[in-house]
Amino acid sequence: MKRIMSAALAAMVLAVPAGQAMSETLKIAFIDPLSGPFGGTGDAGLRHWEHAANLVNADDGVNGNQVEIIGFDNKINPKESLIQLQKAIDQGVRYIAQGNGSSVASALIDAIDKHNKRNPGEEVLFLNYAAVDPVFTNDRCSFWHFRFDSDADMKMEAVTDWINNKPEIKKVYIIGQDYSFGKAVAAAAVKMIGEKRPDIEIVGNELHPLGKVKDFTPYIQKMISSEADAVITGNWGADMVLLVKAATSSGHDVPYLTYYAGGLGAAAAMGEGAVGRVLTVSEVNTNLDTPGAQDELIDGFEDKYTEISYYYQRVFNAMNMLDMAATKADSIDPTKVAMALEGMEYETPYGTVTMRADNHQILQSLYMSTFSKDVKRDVEKTGLGWVSGEGDKIEAADTAMETSCKMSRP
Amino acid sequence: METILFSLLNGVIYGLLLFMLSSGLTLIFSMMGILNFAHASFYMLGAYFAYSFTQVTSFWLALIFAPILVGLFGAAVERWGLRKVHANGHVAELLFTFGLAYLIDEVVKIIWGKNTVDYQIPHALDFPLFELFGAQYPAYRMFILVVAVAMLAVLWYLLKRTRIGLIIQASLTHPHMVGHLGHNVPRIFMAVFGAGCALAALAGVIGGNYLTTEPSMATFMGPVVFVVVVVGGLGSLEGAFIASLLIGLMQTFAISISASFGDIFGWAGLSPTSELGSITISSLAPMLPFLMLVLILMIRPNGLMGTREV
Repeated sequence: MKRIMSAALAAMVLAVPAGQAMSETLKIAFIDPLSGPFGGTGDAGLRHWEHAANLVNADDGVNGNQVEIIGFDNKINPKESLIQLQKAIDQGVRYIAQGNGSSVASALIDAIDKHNKRNPGEEVLFLNYAAVDPVFTNDRCSFWHFRFDSDADMKMEAVTDWINNKPEIKKVYIIGQDYSFGKAVAAAAVKMIGEKRPDIEIVGNELHPLGKVKDFTPYIQKMISSEADAVITGNWGADMVLLVKAATSSGHDVPYLTYYAGGLGAAAAMGEGAVGRVLTVSEVNTNLDTPGAQDELIDGFEDKYTEISYYYQRVFNAMNMLDMAATKADSIDPTKVAMALEGMEYETPYGTVTMRADNHQILQSLYMSTFSKDVKRDVEKTGLGWVSGEGDKIEAADTAMETSCKMSRP
Repeated sequence: METILFSLLNGVIYGLLLFMLSSGLTLIFSMMGILNFAHASFYMLGAYFAYSFTQVTSFWLALIFAPILVGLFGAAVERWGLRKVHANGHVAELLFTFGLAYLIDEVVKIIWGKNTVDYQIPHALDFPLFELFGAQYPAYRMFILVVAVAMLAVLWYLLKRTRIGLIIQASLTHPHMVGHLGHNVPRIFMAVFGAGCALAALAGVIGGNYLTTEPSMATFMGPVVFVVVVVGGLGSLEGAFIASLLIGLMQTFAISISASFGDIFGWAGLSPTSELGSITISSLAPMLPFLMLVLILMIRPNGLMGTREV
């Protein structure tokens, strides 16, 4: 206790000179796994947030305020996340960024709703950059939650559109992580395939424990026996890496339609064996044609963090939209910023994105990208990367879905 | 058919890996009468040492030197740690190894970081060995099998056919008598502890790149290894061998069964869409070792081959 007191005192002393310079620091608490099987994924997210913050800071900050990203390790545990959330709030943080794990996002949304109800004037805003359970922008939508990634249904729409154009696919295997997100992906896949291609047989629909499987070979074996023509998976982090590693070493030679094969570590694990076979749906791949400024940004990022590749365009979208909203509201008060974010449009190098006002879901173009040898920009120094061709782009407006959200605003 | 064959192969390999880990633990238990809680941590150290070796030299050197290094470390722990604590009784020893496990965990995090390290399969072994029913079988898995069987053979020969084995076996049951015959029993204990740790490290070296090398690998493997030792019978090598294979096979076979309770007990009126009926056998795989532990303790408290009470 004594130590906390003295630390607080020291922090106060240090904070005084900053306070004199009119502007404040806008702190964003990054609550994600920074250790354990998903630590690498969380760490890569943190690097993107830090880089985005540095860019905004170099350009006069968010409405004149410098941004500081503070990492909190939640060990991908919802309970631990709430402890970290409280810690962040106690440090005066008013903005929370989180993405890895819809189970965590769900707990955070509840806790932030409660906090904001009980502490008027000290509201906290949740910037969700990757937790894609559709329920957060439907039945359980909250005014304090903004999602900067397309939800699981929107991504599945893109995946099933791709399958729709491949008449040779007759049998599909679905594998996912056993929690709300994996279940949402599986449900969306079954529903949409049933609507678009009733002739396709779902030969497997499997959930495995989150982050516990170290060898996926028995699962791959099952897929091979089922004679599936394609595999759909929402796996991410270590579960994605180990799944494709096992698939490659078993020579499972069918398309893998994934949400997160573009994530950290997967490319290195896949290697040449996965070329042309693994596909991923995302808002960006680094081989799309973009203005030169974007190339510079990506170069700057990859020169600074040599271990990881540019992946989360949406983090930069979120940071810039936060800046625009704060400028529009002329305040960094979360309530005012949230009001300004509603319905906001933003020009990214990959097209216009819009934050829906009715459910706080971003609308952004999605690309189906294929793992390829023939790339300008590779990932993780493998010489391999992601490319998309004609018809692989889904326009932002086409990703919009009906929502059951009944938003209550302050 | 192919499912059975592949599950058999994968199950045996996982089982042998488990045996490599638990053989040391069960040896140490039968000698000193304590469960070494830090045993899985030596497995983790083996994997991390091997990773560091591969960064500067080759995997083959790691295969030899990482277990030796960890074995020496284990011997040092026994000589200057456990032996001192021994005077204060079994509970103190138990707590000592418990603390050691946490200590190693934290030290590993400080040295190698909190995230998975990129410990790769050696290039020379990174190719499909054969193709069966449309699935390739990686050569590295066969390599694990060969190493494990070789280790098993050496261990068996050493314990059952040599003078060293004779003395070790004698000191398990009659340490005082062995001491009176002029053998240095504490040194034998130290050697066995070191050798047990080296075996765990060997499992780490070949298992670290087959599975993953990360700071939570010890906590992940630890409980399963204890299940093996208890199910097999505390102190029984044969028991540990049978239990390892049993658990390895059970887990891989369970994953390959897609049937749910609803399918199996449909005749009893259990609907496949109900809460209980929708549980599939494959989702039960991680639970099976512990189910086995509970059942064995209820039915055969000595374990499969054990002679003493748990």
